[in-house]
Amino acid sequence: MENEKTNRVGSVIFSEYERGEAVKKAAEMSREDILGEIKISSLKGRGGAGFPTSTKWMLTAAAKSDEKYVICNADEGEPGTFKDRVLLLEYPKLVFEGMVVAGKTIGAKVGFLYLRGEYEYMLKSLHDYLSEMKQDQLLGKSICGKEGFDFDIQIRLGSGAYICGEETALIESLEGQRGEARNRPPFPVSTGYKNKPTTVNNVETLAAVSQIVTKGGEWYKTYGTNKSSGSKLFSVSGDCKKPGVYELPWGTKISELLKLVEAEKTKAVQVGGASGVCFPKSQFERTLAYEDISTGGSIIIFNESRDMVKVLKNFMEFFVEESCGQCTPCRIGNVKLLEGVEMIEDKTFTFNYINKLKELGKTMQVSSKCGLGQSSPNSFLSILENFSEEIFNGRNGGKHEK
Amino acid sequence: MKNKKTLRAPVSQKAHIVEKPEDITTIGGTIAIEINEKKVTVPLGTTILEACQQNNIHIPTLCHHPDLCVAGVCRLCVVEVEGMRTLQASCAYPITARMKIKTSTPMVRKARKHILDLLLSEHYGECYSCVRNSKCELQSLSKEYGIEEFTFGHIKEPKHVIDKSSFSVLRDMDKCVLCKRCVRTCIDLQEVGVLEATYKGDETTISTFMDRPLAGVICINCGQCINRCPTGALRANDPSDAIWNSIDDPKKHVVIQTAPSPRAAIGEEFGLEAGHSMTGQLNTALKRIGFDGVFDTNFTADLTIIEEGTELIIRLFKALVNQDPSVSLPQFTSCSPGWVKYLEHFYPEYIDNLSSAKSPQQMFGTLFKTYYAKQKGIDPKDIVSVAVMPCSAKKYECNRPEMNDSGYKDVDYGLTTRELAKMIKEAGIHLPELPKDSFDSPFGDASGAGLIFGATGGVMEAAIRTVVEFVLGVKVEDVFKNANVEVVRGFEGVKYAEIPIGDKVGPVPDLIKHLVPNWDWLKGATLKIAVAHGTANAKKIMEDIKAGGKFSECHFIEFMACPGGCIGGGGQPIPTSPEIRKARAKAIYSEDESLDVRKSHENKHVLRIYEEFLKDGPCGHLSHELLHTHYTKRGKYIA
Ligand SMILES: Cc1cc2nc3c(=O)[nH]c(=O)nc-3n(C[C@H](O)[C@H](O)[C@H](O)COP(=O)(O)O)c2cc1C
Ligand code: SF4
Ligand code: SF4
Ligand code: SF4
Ligand code: FES
Repeated sequence: MENEKTNRVGSVIFSEYERGEAVKKAAEMSREDILGEIKISSLKGRGGAGFPTSTKWMLTAAAKSDEKYVICNADEGEPGTFKDRVLLLEYPKLVFEGMVVAGKTIGAKVGFLYLRGEYEYMLKSLHDYLSEMKQDQLLGKSICGKEGFDFDIQIRLGSGAYICGEETALIESLEGQRGEARNRPPFPVSTGYKNKPTTVNNVETLAAVSQIVTKGGEWYKTYGTNKSSGSKLFSVSGDCKKPGVYELPWGTKISELLKLVEAEKTKAVQVGGASGVCFPKSQFERTLAYEDISTGGSIIIFNESRDMVKVLKNFMEFFVEESCGQCTPCRIGNVKLLEGVEMIEDKTFTFNYINKLKELGKTMQVSSKCGLGQSSPNSFLSILENFSEEIFNGRNGGKHEK
Repeated sequence: MKNKKTLRAPVSQKAHIVEKPEDITTIGGTIAIEINEKKVTVPLGTTILEACQQNNIHIPTLCHHPDLCVAGVCRLCVVEVEGMRTLQASCAYPITARMKIKTSTPMVRKARKHILDLLLSEHYGECYSCVRNSKCELQSLSKEYGIEEFTFGHIKEPKHVIDKSSFSVLRDMDKCVLCKRCVRTCIDLQEVGVLEATYKGDETTISTFMDRPLAGVICINCGQCINRCPTGALRANDPSDAIWNSIDDPKKHVVIQTAPSPRAAIGEEFGLEAGHSMTGQLNTALKRIGFDGVFDTNFTADLTIIEEGTELIIRLFKALVNQDPSVSLPQFTSCSPGWVKYLEHFYPEYIDNLSSAKSPQQMFGTLFKTYYAKQKGIDPKDIVSVAVMPCSAKKYECNRPEMNDSGYKDVDYGLTTRELAKMIKEAGIHLPELPKDSFDSPFGDASGAGLIFGATGGVMEAAIRTVVEFVLGVKVEDVFKNANVEVVRGFEGVKYAEIPIGDKVGPVPDLIKHLVPNWDWLKGATLKIAVAHGTANAKKIMEDIKAGGKFSECHFIEFMACPGGCIGGGGQPIPTSPEIRKARAKAIYSEDESLDVRKSHENKHVLRIYEEFLKDGPCGHLSHELLHTHYTKRGKYIA
């Protein structure tokens, strides 16, 4: 692949890796051994929810069915994330081989790469890469010459809805239906694509799998913290001199990250994209790790020149538009939160009403059908909480910028 | 949509697929759980909602409906489950592990109230000017949760235009709460697939293909979506104002026919439990309201049996004796206009299988403006004919351009059970308290065969009662106990039966003597019949026929568009559920048993019509002109 480059800095994902390593190793391993290795690594899903990968795979492997599927979630719709794009462009070997390993482990013969619609430009190079893998017996029938080790990968394009990154909505979309989250249970591990057991993993999770299978679960665990093993790719954007994708061990402090990317006069850091939480200066010593601030890796930096009401309004507008619209709390709740932000902007709010909206936000967190609605009030609640002085008293003598 | 099953709701949700029980202590497929600190045992896979209902614990619901697959979208039914971060939608949560459920915690109550507040903030319109006033689930939930103000505001301007294009169903999306019951009805229950959510986020709307008006898509007018809509967003196209005008116009002679299903259900609109037939009381009410003639659609149902049965005999004779390859068998019933339109759209290539006999409603319409007009000496142009039907598709049917064989519009207005109840209330009449009255002459009382048309299998049973006597020359009671043809009764989606004719046949009755010489050609034959209700079930049969399966060998198949048959029609009282439909059917069957005349060919008024008016007999020239019709190959793409 022409723009394949391996010169990124990082000790785990971006560490040295030769194409085919994971698949060749997996070909010689039993399913149980692969699962064991992943279990030792304590790898958790990198798509945001942080579900233990070995558990997910074990459940899918244990489900009785003649057909199973692997889905690589490359919808990457969270505002401020672009790490999956980097992986797909520069390290497709890690991602695709991770899928092959997953296929062997759970007993699937087919995998889908669900690619964000905006990444259509990658299609050709990804297809070319898959052909090369086939030529090298890393994909297709009898992989590495092993009878019965068959796995094929198909690429499907999404069409631009954020909700289609949610795994069950993604599956609906793959099946040709409207992208809407399903009820759970049943979970995809038993009832996924075409109602068959399916494992859905983030691009980065699968890339980590390739490294873990090659170098071992113990090796992986030497990075990160006790409770968060390994490293994480962070997509850093906003007010800093060096935005981009960084691989850092779990346990990195916000302040350390800010230093690394040369951010100055930082006022706020939004961790986890629009559905994440906004942290003020006073919390910059907190760590990025499952036990403290768990995240899919989007870091958006705001310096002192930013108006937090505008920031918040932007996020809420996103949710009003991107809710799939099926469940009440999310579909209408986000509209109400946005209206509240507009009232703040126009100084027409009452604290009484804002408090009601905060209560509503909490209801949305617990009663929405899927993760979108459950997390959409996060920025509303955290910005109102952490930046209340600025929000309610305004900057520039009480007026917000329009 | 091809033959692929449309799965708006995944199969997993339809069948509550049970996961591997996580708890080893589960024995015998049941599981012990706790609801509000009370220990209960339920079968694995029971939803939390079902478990609560079984234990008399009330949970508010909005998107849930007993006839439909799970959606889990309104979120009103949320409950707390110990150990879970979020609340769970009880309607959508199958129990597969031990759990402790709390149904009324502060968090639960607040969430439900918030959800109602949100729905109300977007709900344009006022209860007092809505068809569903006092029959609206949103309204009663608001009452239940003590809503006294609009916490999150209230929409001031409508966002949508009411779609009034259809003769049958009006869509007012400003009242829609996006519960998607209509979508699930149309896609999953009926497998028509007209309605679906479009756009996303705050712009989400239930819409049709390319947002076309309902009259411009493949809607079959069954109205099943209306019956399951919790609000006034969907309603039937109500002609009652025009009917009042006709009643008030002294120059007009307004006649009304009532079908059996409305009579078995209209009591529900007056607070009675389902299952009380109100035939006699309704006659009184209609006469008091000012209708000039009150008639029983069962009369023309009997006529339909004679015409349709004769048509079947002719088809069989042509096929079996004349070996005529152009004859289309099996013959399909044509009295359900929803079914007829479904076939015209989805299986136009089978149009010749439809019986050409008009539905009872349309037969009566034609007779009113021909035979009756002459008898009464009234100019047919002054006759206004109204049909009280359980059905919204009947409104469309009477507006089909070909339905004017009398020289006028055969039936002027199709009125649903709900709309008639409204007219009766407007007239200040409390139906259940009225004395009983009979139908007017010259059509009088009809047979029980016409009556049971209302329930799925009824047309078939009525036909069997007549055909058995016609062909075998014996009393149907000798073949089927009490003349009850149990094999075609009940709510099984698709029913199939075989009736062996044997070696003994009777003489050909006078009525059809001119059509067949004798019955010898039927000796040893086996009559194969089938019954389907709900177009999803109809589809199963049609696909089997297409594939050359066992249903392609049938001779006669009854199809009804609505689940349960007419008693579950789109114009019937709301709510509907399997239990309610069962109760209505029971009312019809017991009324049938109480009648002296229970066979169409024993209806003496029908026989008189053939003597006095349709002198060339069933399927004769005049009857073809007046009582038969033709259909249109519509296909799925409408210009
Ligand atoms: C609204 C929403 C959007 C999501 N978008 C993505 C996405 O773009 N990419 C992704 O990998 N996971 C996304 N997820 C998480 C997935 O549902 C799922 O948890 C994940 O793909 C599982 O993979 P993992 O276990 O490897 O993290 C999203 C979740 C929600 C609720
Ligand atoms: S929470 Fe939002 S995105 Fe998720 S199902 Fe509900 S409306 Fe759709
Ligand atoms: S009337 Fe019947 S076909 Fe038409 S939209 Fe409603 S359910 Fe669908
Ligand atoms: S039209 Fe009625 S049934 Fe359909 S989604 Fe709206 S409220 Fe529900
Ligand atoms: S009734 Fe359960 S979510 Fe609507």
